[in-house]
Amino acid sequence: MNDAVHMTNLQSRDERTLPAVSARGLVKRFGELRAVDGIDLDVPRGMIFAILGPNGAGKTTLMRMLATLLTPDDGSASVMGHDVIAAPHDVRASIAMTGQFASLDEDLTGRENLLLLARLWGFRGRSAKDRADNLLAAFELSDAAGRQVKTYSGGMRRRLDIAASLIVTPGVLFLDEPTTGLDPNARQSVWRMIRALADSGVTILLTTQYLDEADQLAARIAVIDKGRKIAEGTSRELKAATGSGFLHVALADPARLAEAEAILACHLTGTIQRSPEGAQLSVMAGSTDAASQAIAALIAARIELADFSMGSPSLEEVFFALTGGSGRLGKREKGD
Amino acid sequence: MTDLSSAALSARLEMVAPPKAPSAFSNALVFGWRAILKFKHVPEQLFDLVMTPIMFTLLFTFVFGGALAGSTSAYLQFFLPGILVQTVVFNAVYSGMGLSTDLGKGLFDRFRSLPIWSLAPFAGLMVGDVLRHLIAGAIILTIGLTLGYRPEAGIPGVIAAFALLLAVGFGMGWIFIVLGLLIRTPTTVMTAGFTFLFPLVFASNIMVEPQTMPGWLRAFVDVNPVSLMTSAIRGLMAGQASLNDVLMALLAPALLTLLLAPVTLWLYRRSDR
Ligand SMILES: Nc1ncnc2c1ncn2[C@@H]1O[C@H](COP(=O)(O)OP(=O)(O)OP(=O)(O)O)[C@@H](O)[C@H]1O
Ligand SMILES: [Mg+2]
Repeated sequence: MNDAVHMTNLQSRDERTLPAVSARGLVKRFGELRAVDGIDLDVPRGMIFAILGPNGAGKTTLMRMLATLLTPDDGSASVMGHDVIAAPHDVRASIAMTGQFASLDEDLTGRENLLLLARLWGFRGRSAKDRADNLLAAFELSDAAGRQVKTYSGGMRRRLDIAASLIVTPGVLFLDEPTTGLDPNARQSVWRMIRALADSGVTILLTTQYLDEADQLAARIAVIDKGRKIAEGTSRELKAATGSGFLHVALADPARLAEAEAILACHLTGTIQRSPEGAQLSVMAGSTDAASQAIAALIAARIELADFSMGSPSLEEVFFALTGGSGRLGKREKGD
Repeated sequence: MTDLSSAALSARLEMVAPPKAPSAFSNALVFGWRAILKFKHVPEQLFDLVMTPIMFTLLFTFVFGGALAGSTSAYLQFFLPGILVQTVVFNAVYSGMGLSTDLGKGLFDRFRSLPIWSLAPFAGLMVGDVLRHLIAGAIILTIGLTLGYRPEAGIPGVIAAFALLLAVGFGMGWIFIVLGLLIRTPTTVMTAGFTFLFPLVFASNIMVEPQTMPGWLRAFVDVNPVSLMTSAIRGLMAGQASLNDVLMALLAPALLTLLLAPVTLWLYRRSDR
């Protein structure tokens, strides 16, 4: 393929050591609401970085500011060394954004959508067509290339939307909730795609409401809630910060949840977390001894356990610990 | 089918650098191409567009024509240039609706995050408008000719009239681009557009000469920009238009462009929507 050029030509050496995305004290207000309320962010080059937060946390607003679609009210940010306020055009030339909702022309075919964007980037004639056809093939959309996008399934749309962001290899790819609303299969395929992109050197900043997604994909995770960053680190660090030695119990009879909670509180000092659904309790247990005593107490009170286990906290528990239980995270099965 | 093998993908995902940045003009042409693709994929929009004027032409000519002008053929001679103006004025609503749809779907977010001339999408809308005006105008003129309409000024008169129609359409187009930028629901754009346009179109000299109207209404009809446009088009097709007629017809479109083009730019650049 003759348009393939080494990306290294595009960046000077010292620029390569700068972070791909760097933000300081970013603020965005909508009237009284501070949708993003002073966020600092540093995303190293070539990394998959996840922004994790519940609905309304400010994820989309943050991404849109970084992608020059919104002007920050305060603070500063640069992407690939370009300031988002002073040099938005340079930022746009080095990024691509796949928004939370598909940004495709439903009336056009998949191929025409890609052709349109390839031509806007400046590919002409044959090379625009090659670019579109290569991407269609890479995303296994060749068979549907001639169909109008309105006939595509959710997964196909998402793939085309991501393909549309790769006409020119971006320095940073912003993916706003790339798998929301997808079935497990389609999700897996988007994950593989994201990993393949990261392997080829693209920095990826993605948002998600799913802890497992952040856990699986991202080298680093920033947890945001109500416009503020409440934690950042690798998934391991986040879990370690909450502490290991978590006791999880599932009750056979949900009606006795409160009773069980009281018993656990007697024996263990950690904050008890109720899982959002089902009769599950999780609590930090200092030692296995303390945990066994608590279990014994539950059994003595004739509270039947469906299941219990000891382990490190899930990211979900980390999240609840961090937000003090204020954040409710989406469950995949319920979609959006 | 949804199983995307990562090896196959990375093999095909080569690093691609941007080609030489295209000119603003070439960006605009690409959006124009999009407008043409829309005609191909959504031919219904043309159907909507010409059905109303065709119905109006037939109804007014055959139902009211005799009563209004003595004979159907005399009325058609009067009415046809007017219906061309009405078509172009109503047409403009469609680009506003299209814009509103695009904005609602986040398509413009993609365009706005590209390193392109920021007004290119609007230039593309204009290309689409011009095509729509030409196609609809040609269809209506053909029907008129079949029914017996004869432009006294011949082909040059028709060409001049169409040129003026495009200018009128261009000027009116800004109103709906602004509405499209402000209103997120396409049907609301349409309702708002028609609510504003209906009085303008009906209280004009498109359907009847204003002589029989009450004085206050006549005063409005005489200065209604739609009347001025209609008089000029009528004059051009009949070979009787003065330069003054044409300038008066261009007054409103010129003012609209001067006023609303900067507003459009501002609304579009004001990214905090
Ligand atoms: N254009 C806007 N005008 C007014 N308020 C807005 C606007 N955009 C976002 N908000 C508000 O800002 C807050 C953050 O919104 P944002 O879309 O960034 O959240 P999010 O984390 O992306 O949520 P979700 O997971 O639901 O996509 C929300 O309370 C939202 O209602
Ligand atoms: Mg969002």
